[in-house]
Amino acid sequence: MSIEVRNVRKTFGDFVALEDVSLEIATGELVALLGLSGSGKTTLLRIIAGLEIPDRGTIHFHGEDASGRSARERKVGFVFQHYALFRHMTVFENVAFGLRVQPRKLRRSEREIAARVHDLLKLVQVDFLASRCPSQLSGGQRQRVALARTLAVEPKVLLLDEPFGALDAKVRQELRRWLKRLHDELRITSVFVTHDQEEALELANRVVVMNAGRVEQIGTAEEVYHHPANAFVYNFLGNVNLFHGRVENGKVYLGDTAVEVQDTHERAHLNGNKALVYVRPHFLDIERTPPEGNHCFRATVRNINSAGPQVKVELTAQWGDLVQVEIDHERYQALGLAIGAEVFLRPREKKIFVYQI
Amino acid sequence: MASVIRLKFENFSWLIPGPANRRRPATGEPVLVRMILIGIALAFLGLFLVVPVVAVFAQALQKGVAAYFAAISEPEAWSAIRLTLLTVAIAVPLNLVFGVAAAWAIARFEFVGKNILITLIDLPFAVSPIISGMLFVLLLGAHSPLGAWLASHGIKIIFAVPGIVLATLFVTFPITARELIPIMVAVGSEEEEAAMVLGANGWHTFLRVTLPNVKWGTLYGAVLCNARAMGEFGAVSVVSGHIRGVTDTMPLYVEIIYNDYNFVAAFAVASLLTLLALVTLLLKHFLLSGSAIPLSSEKTSETVERIAA
Repeated sequence: MSIEVRNVRKTFGDFVALEDVSLEIATGELVALLGLSGSGKTTLLRIIAGLEIPDRGTIHFHGEDASGRSARERKVGFVFQHYALFRHMTVFENVAFGLRVQPRKLRRSEREIAARVHDLLKLVQVDFLASRCPSQLSGGQRQRVALARTLAVEPKVLLLDEPFGALDAKVRQELRRWLKRLHDELRITSVFVTHDQEEALELANRVVVMNAGRVEQIGTAEEVYHHPANAFVYNFLGNVNLFHGRVENGKVYLGDTAVEVQDTHERAHLNGNKALVYVRPHFLDIERTPPEGNHCFRATVRNINSAGPQVKVELTAQWGDLVQVEIDHERYQALGLAIGAEVFLRPREKKIFVYQI
Repeated sequence: MASVIRLKFENFSWLIPGPANRRRPATGEPVLVRMILIGIALAFLGLFLVVPVVAVFAQALQKGVAAYFAAISEPEAWSAIRLTLLTVAIAVPLNLVFGVAAAWAIARFEFVGKNILITLIDLPFAVSPIISGMLFVLLLGAHSPLGAWLASHGIKIIFAVPGIVLATLFVTFPITARELIPIMVAVGSEEEEAAMVLGANGWHTFLRVTLPNVKWGTLYGAVLCNARAMGEFGAVSVVSGHIRGVTDTMPLYVEIIYNDYNFVAAFAVASLLTLLALVTLLLKHFLLSGSAIPLSSEKTSETVERIAA
C-alpha cells in the first residue's frame, strides 16, 4: 500500500515539530526517516500511524484520504522504540492480542490463533520463548516479539520507530540484516525512523533526511550521500571539514588557493562573495610537492592516528583552520609523513561541496 | 600504654578501612547499635500499637464471651454495623471508579485546569474532617436554600443515611486516585497505543491493557479506602445527628455507649472495628507482596508535584 503525506504541519505548543512536510512512499518500499533528535521524524511516523493528529495536511493510503481514520482503523503496524510489549502477558498472548481483539465475525478460532502465533514466533526465531514474560527477555528478543505481534494482524504498512535504537551494536547489526531479509520476503511498505546514518544508508531503498521539521532531501542512499541537496545533508552524512572561502569569477578560493568546482549545478550560482566549503576527510589528498594547476593549499601535519582501516591525519591549514584527512596505509607509507611535516592538500575533483552565504 | 591505645583503636576499627573490615558491608553497623535501634522501634511499636490493641480486646472480653456477644447483638449495635457496611459498600466502588477515571485523565492527557484538578483532589486530605462534615450541613442543611428545596420535595440528606454516605465519599475521595496516578505515569501510554494500533477498541484497551497494569494499585486503593470509610468519625459525626439505631455508624456508636459508661459494649464494638482494620492490613500486606510496583505515598506526592510542574 502506498503512503502519501501532503503538506503536514504539527506544533506542540510553541515548538514546530513539522513544517509543511510532503512525502510519497511507493508500495513495497523500505524508507528511512533520518535526522537528529528533534527533527520531527518520530512525529511524522506517529502522524502516519494516526497516533498524532496533524494541525494541517493529510495522509493518504493507496490514494485514499485516511486523515479522518483513527489509529485502529488505519490497520498499520507500529513497532515502538521501547517495544511496548504488554508486560502482564506472556509472549504468546502478546502476539495473539491483535487476533483476539478482532471483531467477532472476523475472529479466528482458538486453534487457528495458536497456529498463527507459533508461525510468527518461528518467523522471528523466538518460538522457544512463547510462555515467557516480556521482563524475562533480552532487548533483541523483545524487539523480535514486538515485530511478530505487529505482523500478526497482517498490516499493509509497517512503521518502525527507532527499532534498534535501544540495542547494543552487535545485536543491532544482526537485527538490521534480518529486517532487510524480512522486508525482501514480505514486501510490506515499510518506514523506519533512525538517527543512525549508517543504518539508514544500509537498509533503506530511499532515505528521507529531515532537519528542524523539514525534509532536506529524499533519495536513494547513493544519491543523498554522493549528491547531497544542501549543506545540511552533506554535513549530516559523515565526517566533514568546513572551510570559509571566497567566490570570484566562478571559482572558489580557500585562502589564496583556487579550488576547482566541477559540479555545474553548483557553479551556476557562484557569484557572491563568501562561501562555506565542505570536504570529506577522505576526499582530500596529501602531496609532498605542489601538484600541477595549483589547486591545492599548504598545511602542516599535527597528529597522525594509524590505528584502523584508514590513517587519520590532522593538519593545520595555511590560514589556521584544523583539517582532517583520511588516507590509506599504502599512501601513508609512500608519503613517509611525520608530525610537523609541510605538505600540500588537494581536494579531489567534484568532491567538494560549496554553500553560499 | 601502647597496648591501651591499640585496644582503643580496635574498638573503633570499624571506622577505619582495612582488611579486617572487608567482610562488613559499607553501611553495616555494630551489633550494639543495631540492637539499640531495633529495640527502640520494637518498644515504641509495643507501647503505642500492641498494648492498646490488646487492651481493646481485653476490655471487650472483661465480663466474658457471653457479655461480648450480647453487646454486639444489641439491635442498635447491629444497626450501626449494618450502616457502616452499607456506607463502605457504596463509598468504595464509587471511589474506585472516580480514582481510575481521575488518574487516567491526569496521567494520559494535557488539558486546561489539570493543575487545579490535581490540587483539588487533595483537598479532602487537607481539610479537617469536621470541616468536611460542616460543608455538607451548610450546603444541604435545613437552613440552606438547597436543603430547603430538597426538604420540600421530601428528600432528607443531612441527619440521614445519604448525608453519611456523602461525607464518607468526600473524605475518601483522593485515596485511589493518589495511588494510581504515579503508577499510570510510570507505566506510560505506549502499551495503550500499541493496543490501539493492533485494532483494539477503547473498551478492550482499557480492560486488557490499562486495568491489568494498575490492578494492584487499584486493589490497594480499595483496601485503604475501605479502612478509612469504616473508621471515619469527624465528618460523619457532624452530618449524622446521632439518631440511635438510625444514623449511628460503628465509630459513632462506640463513642455514645462509651460516654454512657457501658465499657464492655463499647469495647466489644470497638474490637469489631479493630478486627476489620487488622483484616484490611493483612489484605494490604498480601496485595503489596503480589505487586511489582512500589506503592508509597511519598512517591505519590512527588510524582503529583512532578506532573503539576
